[in-house]
Amino acid sequence: MKVLVAVKRVVDYNVKVRPKADGSDVDIANVKMSINPFCEIAVEEAVRLKEKGVVSEIVAVSMGPKQCQEQIRTALALGADRGIQVETDAELQPLAVAKCLKAIVEKEEPQLVILGKQSIDGDNNQTGQMLAALTGMGQGTFASEVNVEEGSVKVTREIDGGLQTVELQLPAVVTTDLRLNEPRYASLPNIMKAKKKPLDVTNPDELGVDIAPRTKTLKVEPPAERQAGIKVGDVAELVEKLKNEAKVI
Amino acid sequence: MSILVIAEHDNAELKGATLNTIAAAKAVGGDIDVLVAGSGCGAVAEAAAKVEGVSKVLVADNAAYEHQLAENVAKLVGDLGKNYSHIMAPATTTGKNMLPRAAALLDVQPISDIIAVESPDTFKRPIYAGNVIATVQSSDAIKVASVRTTAFDPVAAEGGSAAVETVDIVDDAAVSKFVGEELAESDRPELTAARVVISGGRGMQNGENFEMLNKVADKLGAAVGASRAAVDAGFVPNDMQVGQTGKIVAPDLYIAVGISGAIQHLAGMKDSKVIVAINKDEEAPIFSVADYGLVADLFDAVPELEAKL
Repeated sequence: MKVLVAVKRVVDYNVKVRPKADGSDVDIANVKMSINPFCEIAVEEAVRLKEKGVVSEIVAVSMGPKQCQEQIRTALALGADRGIQVETDAELQPLAVAKCLKAIVEKEEPQLVILGKQSIDGDNNQTGQMLAALTGMGQGTFASEVNVEEGSVKVTREIDGGLQTVELQLPAVVTTDLRLNEPRYASLPNIMKAKKKPLDVTNPDELGVDIAPRTKTLKVEPPAERQAGIKVGDVAELVEKLKNEAKVI
Repeated sequence: MSILVIAEHDNAELKGATLNTIAAAKAVGGDIDVLVAGSGCGAVAEAAAKVEGVSKVLVADNAAYEHQLAENVAKLVGDLGKNYSHIMAPATTTGKNMLPRAAALLDVQPISDIIAVESPDTFKRPIYAGNVIATVQSSDAIKVASVRTTAFDPVAAEGGSAAVETVDIVDDAAVSKFVGEELAESDRPELTAARVVISGGRGMQNGENFEMLNKVADKLGAAVGASRAAVDAGFVPNDMQVGQTGKIVAPDLYIAVGISGAIQHLAGMKDSKVIVAINKDEEAPIFSVADYGLVADLFDAVPELEAKL
């Protein structure tokens, strides 16, 4: 069966992002960009399913400016078979991304779509759920285990207080949580091979999707700073301060 | 304006997160209706009717909603939500799973994790692990928002007397099935609701050493959490993770033990009222947010702390 994996280009998780001086947006000029860590887990899961013989083809999709081809190439180096880029320089909000993915799902007809549960820039945690809604598929979000069976997939989900397992009819949408797997590193030969794998480019117009933003960011600002407090000399002083100064114990 | 708040519950009890969400709805202003979708959830509906500020409780009591499967509940919320100006749910794993699905059915771009209501169409929310706060305005006819519960003080659970209305819509998408659940059994309070939280990081060295934190927690009535590093190292299960991709907590007292203080962790706890850090590395970034820092070996300091409480 075929799997579609969505990958997003985001500011690398090691970069500390700051607002621009005028507060209009975040300043991401010249910062390191990477594949969103949760998307990397999604690619890894697809590759493992292929290695198990469950999956025959992995298609990696990304959306955005030309540069997001780098993240598609990363997915190809990790083991995806071909890539699709939805090219646009416009702002893409999760609903628009879900609509573009829906158009691709209709064309490619994958049995499983795997996405990261959230991207570490917008922290929205929406796209997988919205794609599932638009396609009428079941959704296994925040997955820590995925088992494909005949015509269905069992997904163990990380929920508040523990784990929940659901069974979804195929085709289905799965979004990854941290513990699902540990992504491999791409080997140099695989990085070289990835350069020759097919990568198709389309755009929202061709897919017939209106990507007009529905929300507007009016302002970005740093969070209220927390002042560093004092160092205490020993445990006795700490307990004394908590009791008498902070009055929290 | 009229706001539909989706109740968080387990068919037996109304969860506290609902009260924080109703507080956010009050900040928007307008009539507040609460939807209780579940199975055998009459007691939850009664509890919701008593909450301060609620106009009406809608109960959809059907086997299809028993396990809060997103496919079914989102459809119901999509059907009912058409009549409201706002739909709000707590940003718990249940809310995060269901709400975007409902929004997509309504062709709405939802706003996740709001921490402040600026006006009925404008909200503040953290992005980039809380390193940046964005003020976001929605142009959709219906505003759909999940609420970061720690950012809103809960409304009173008593004092209201809302009417309870039965909803007969049965939405069963029939594409998903509940198989099972493994919930951590603990006598300690839930992480996100605890007044005191003590968390361990990579410095704990292994899972057995978390027993030291459990002992302190028992004395303080605290919940026990962990950093992502401790979870990734396999010391403790993921549901204990505090941080950007784990739980967001804001207790009165947060004690970070052997946690260096990566931004992803700080994103999950920096709104705590009082922060204590115990770490042997005096350069650890956790000290820059701690009210009280103790530079010490945790294997000496934690047992001593327990003895002194």
